[in-house]
Amino acid sequence: MAGESDRRAGPPVAERGSRILGGGRSGGDGRRSVAVALVSSALFVVLVGVAITHAPGWDEVKRTFFDWGYFKDSFPEIARAFRLNVKIFCIAEIFILVFALVLAVFRSLPGPVFFPLRALAIAYADFFRGVPTILVIALLGFGAPALQVQGIPRSVVFWGIVSLVLVYTAYVSEVYRAGIESVHPSQEAAARSLGLTRLQALRHVILPQAVRRVIPPLLNDFIGLQKDTALVGTLGAIEAFNQAAIDTSATFNYTPYVAAAVLFVAITIPLARFTDWLILRDRRRRQAARVA
Amino acid sequence: MRKILLAVAALAVVAVASAFTSPGASAPATASAIPGCAKDTLNLVGDGTLTIGTDNPAYPPWFGGGSPKGSSWKINDPRTGKGFESAVAYAVARQLGFAKGEVRWIYTPFARSFAPGPKSFDFDINQISYTPARAKVVTFSASYYDVNQSIVVVKGTKIASVRSIRGLKPYKLGVQLGTTSYQYIVNRIKPSSRPAVFPKNDAAVQALKNRQIEGLVVDLPTAFYVTAVQVPNAKILGQFPTAPGGEHFGMVFQKGNSLAGCVNKALANLKRNGTLKAIQQTWLARATGAPVLR
Amino acid sequence: MSEALVVDGVWKSFGRTPVLHGVNLTLAEHEVVCLIGASGSGKSTLLRCVNLVEPIDAGRIVVRGEEITARGVDVNRVRRRIGIVFQAFNLFPHMTVLRNVTLAPREALGLSRAEAEERARDLLGRFGLGDKAREYPDRLSGGQQQRVAIVRALAMRPDLMLLDEVTSALDPELVAEVLAVIRELAAAGMTMLIATHEMAFAREIADRVCFLDDGVILEEGPPAQIFGEPREPRTQQFLQRIVAAGRM
Repeated sequence: MAGESDRRAGPPVAERGSRILGGGRSGGDGRRSVAVALVSSALFVVLVGVAITHAPGWDEVKRTFFDWGYFKDSFPEIARAFRLNVKIFCIAEIFILVFALVLAVFRSLPGPVFFPLRALAIAYADFFRGVPTILVIALLGFGAPALQVQGIPRSVVFWGIVSLVLVYTAYVSEVYRAGIESVHPSQEAAARSLGLTRLQALRHVILPQAVRRVIPPLLNDFIGLQKDTALVGTLGAIEAFNQAAIDTSATFNYTPYVAAAVLFVAITIPLARFTDWLILRDRRRRQAARVA
Repeated sequence: MRKILLAVAALAVVAVASAFTSPGASAPATASAIPGCAKDTLNLVGDGTLTIGTDNPAYPPWFGGGSPKGSSWKINDPRTGKGFESAVAYAVARQLGFAKGEVRWIYTPFARSFAPGPKSFDFDINQISYTPARAKVVTFSASYYDVNQSIVVVKGTKIASVRSIRGLKPYKLGVQLGTTSYQYIVNRIKPSSRPAVFPKNDAAVQALKNRQIEGLVVDLPTAFYVTAVQVPNAKILGQFPTAPGGEHFGMVFQKGNSLAGCVNKALANLKRNGTLKAIQQTWLARATGAPVLR
Repeated sequence: MSEALVVDGVWKSFGRTPVLHGVNLTLAEHEVVCLIGASGSGKSTLLRCVNLVEPIDAGRIVVRGEEITARGVDVNRVRRRIGIVFQAFNLFPHMTVLRNVTLAPREALGLSRAEAEERARDLLGRFGLGDKAREYPDRLSGGQQQRVAIVRALAMRPDLMLLDEVTSALDPELVAEVLAVIRELAAAGMTMLIATHEMAFAREIADRVCFLDDGVILEEGPPAQIFGEPREPRTQQFLQRIVAAGRM
C-alpha cells in the first residue's frame, strides 16, 4: 500500500552538497572522496597553467590580454559604460517576464475556440527563437527610425531594449510553458473541482507552482540577456563592450576586453547565488505536491 | 642625320611610354631601385608575392574602379589599382620590384590587423592612424597621408548652422570604431552627450540618415564620399584644424618586421619624385576645399 | 423533490474503452451511499462525472432538480455546490493550510478575507486541525492532509459531498481519524456518495450500499443485506475476496 512518500524526501539538503564532489557516501568514505576530488582538481589546474605559460607565444598573449596597466586605465570608463548594460537589462527583464507569461498562457489554452491565440504564440516563439538576435537589433535599431514616421522613437537604446524583449520573450515563454506543463494535472483538477474558473486556477494554483519550478532555466535566460545587452553596442550606444572596443582599437591592446569580461562575470555571480537561495527556500514546498 | 632621327625616335618612345605610364597603371617589373632591399631578401609572408591586407567593403576615395562581377570585394576591388590607397600600395610595390601580378590582396577586418600572433599580410593599408600607443604593438610605416578630421551633417538641420567647434557641444555626434575621430571628439570638442561609436561605417552613415546622430566625424576624404554618394542631402560642415603634431595614416606591419624599413625608403622615393603628390592630386583633389572650424 | 442526486443512464468511455455502461443511481437528501467494487469498476469515474470533471457520453445527471449535464450550464457554478475529495489529497503545496481552505471561498464565492478565515478556522477547529492553520501541507501527516482536503471542500458549503477512496492512500493508523470526520459529517446530515474499500466502515455508516461491477450497479441495498446476504454471484465473489484479504 502506498505510504507517506513525503517522508522519504532523501538526505537533508546540507549533505547533498558533497554529492557533487563525488561524495554521497557517509563518514570517512565521503571525506576521502572530497579530498581526492580537491587534489585532482588542483593538479589539473596546475598542469594546464604550466602548459599555457610555457607555450611559445605566451609572453605576447600575456602582454596583449593581461596587461595590468591597461586594465587599470580602462576599467573605470568601462565600469561606467557598464551601467548602460545594467539599465538595459533591468528594463528589458521586467517586460520579458510579463510578456512571456502571457504568451505561455496563450499557448496553454485548450479547445478550438482558442486556436488563433495558440497559433500566434507558437509562430511567435518559433520566429524569434530562430532569428539571430543581432539581426533583430540591426533591423529594428536602424530600420524602424528609417521609416521616418512621426512619433517613432529614434533612440537606439529604446530599440535595443525592444529587440531584446522580442527575442527573449520567445525563449522565456517556452521556459514558462515547461513549468506549467510540469505541474501535475491533479492540481488543476483539484482547483477546478472547488469551482474556481480556469483563470483563477491558473493564477492561484498553477502559475505560482510553475514559476517556482523553472527558476534555474529562467536564470539561465537572465544571464544570456545580460550578455546580449552588449549587442546594443552595434547600434552605437556606448555600453561596456563597445567602450572596451574603443579602448582596444585606440591602443591595439585587448586587455580592455578582459576588463569588460570581468564585469559581466561579476554580476552573474550574485544573480546565481540569489537563485540558489530562492530554490532552497521553495524546495520544501515542492516536496508536498502529491501525485495522484 | 641618323643620330637626330635616333634621338627623335628615342624621345618618341619615351613620350609614348610616359603617356601610358600614370600612377596606378601597370608597368613592367623592374629590379628594385632601393639599396639593401632586393626583392628576394625581403621578409615576406609568401615568397615572391607582396601580400597586402585591407578591409571589405573598400570605400572610395581610398579605393576605386568598382568591383568586377565575381569579385568578393564590395564597392571597389583593390586590384584595380584605382583609388588613393590602392594606387599608393601599387606604387610602393613597384618601388620594391613587384609587378602588378605579384601583388596579392587579402581581406583583413580592422580588428585582425592588430591581433596578436603572426600576421597573414606583409602590410595592411586601411586608413589606420598612427598613435604612439598603437606603435607599441605593431610597426607603422612613415606617413603616406596627413589626415584632417571633418564633420558631416544633414542639410537643413539645426547643427548645419553651427560655425564654431564650441557650437557643436550640445549635439549628438557619432564616429566609426577604430578611428581616431573618437579621441578627437572626446578631447577637443567635448560634447555634453556621449558620442555614439559604430562598428562599421555603414552603421554610422545609417544613423546619420535616421537622425539618430546629428553629426558624423570622419576624416576629410571619407567625408567627401559620404556626402557625394552615401547621404546626398548631407554636407561637410567643415574640417577641424590639424591636431598639434598632426595625424597621419601609416601602413601596419608585424612588430619589428624589417620590411617596414624598405617600405619607408620606397615612400621616401615616392615623395621625392612627386609620385605621391600626383596620386593625391588624382584621388583626393577635392578633399581640400572645406572651411576650417575653430 | 428531495432527491439530492439522480444519475440516469450514464455511459462513459475513455477512447474506445467503455467504463460506465449505463449507471442508474439516486441519492435522497441527507442520505449516505457507499459505492463498493473492484478497481477499475468505474467508481472514481462515476464520481468524476458527477463533478463534471469528465464529460459523459450519454445519460443525464441531475442535482437538486437541476440537470447539470445539459448544454449551457455554468460548470463552475455547479462545482461550487458539489464537494469532492480525492484519494491523493491534492492540497496546494505552495499555500498554507489556511490559504488552501480559504482560496475557493474568497475567489469563487466572493467572501471577504475575514469571513473566509473565520469559516476556515471554525471548520479546522471542529476537526482537530486548529493549530495547523499556518503550516504548509508538507509538514502534515497523510491523515492530517486528507482531513484538510475534506475541510477545504466543506468550506464551500456544498449540497453534496463526493469522497473518492479517501483513505486508500493512508497508512492504517491514520485511517481512523479520517473516518471519524466522515462519521461526523454523516451525523450532521451531509448528503454523501462515498467510494470506498473500507467495508466495515461502509457497513457502519451507509444508508445504502451500491456494488459497482463492470460499469453498472449490479446490486444495491441496505448494508446488512449487501454484506450479509448478497444476491448476485459476483457480489458474493467480490465480498469473499475482501474477506480473504482480511479487510472485513
